[in-house]
Amino acid sequence: MEAATPKKPRRIALVASKGTLDQAYPPLILATTAASMGWEAGIFFTFYGLDIIHKKKHTKLGVPPLGNPAMPVSIPNLIGALPGMTAMATSMMKGWMEKAKLPTIPEFLDMAKEMDIKLFACSTTLGVMGITPDDLIEGVDIAGAAAFLDFAADSNIQLFI
Amino acid sequence: MTETDTTTLEVAKELDCIGMFCPMPIYKASMAMKGLETGQILKVLSTDLGSVADFPSFARQANHELLATDEADGVHIFFIRKGGN
Repeated sequence: MEAATPKKPRRIALVASKGTLDQAYPPLILATTAASMGWEAGIFFTFYGLDIIHKKKHTKLGVPPLGNPAMPVSIPNLIGALPGMTAMATSMMKGWMEKAKLPTIPEFLDMAKEMDIKLFACSTTLGVMGITPDDLIEGVDIAGAAAFLDFAADSNIQLFI
Repeated sequence: MTETDTTTLEVAKELDCIGMFCPMPIYKASMAMKGLETGQILKVLSTDLGSVADFPSFARQANHELLATDEADGVHIFFIRKGGN
């Protein structure tokens, strides 16, 4: 009889390409849920998505009301373009998140690291945006597309967010 | 799932996720499971509407057994037996 081989865990590979507060949540929610179910998970942070793991910026992600008809309180673009409106919308959204007992982005990142979720920082974005590895939070791997695709090729699910 | 008399279940740990939303009930359940032995039962209380669909999936994916579900006053209750890894 063959020895039982350990079952290979499922895996999810995510690309986080956007750096607004609302777009930072979905990849972190999916990755932490996957890890909660015993899956391997990895997120490739690229272009504005890199802000999610940027030491100074990840605590200050915002959501702009300008050109965003989905805001629950409808804000006309003309008003949304005024100074302070993004700060107001951001503070509103943070209020909903807190009321719903949802972790903040820094808290989600801590959870992700504790669960061994792989956090890839796109090296091209670093170069293009003039960001150094020291500008990023601890525990991320600098990688190019090949390294991420290598991880994603063995994944059951790949999503671009 | 068969009908289970939940009053006879020996619950090792109870987890209160009332007022939380996805992914927190699942995340907290997975963390709570780490502290249990195989075969022990975790009881979870959740008001997240998604939990009704999420906990059967969580149990299937994480190799646990969802023994029973219940609902009272908008609180969904799940009894999950920890599976072996």
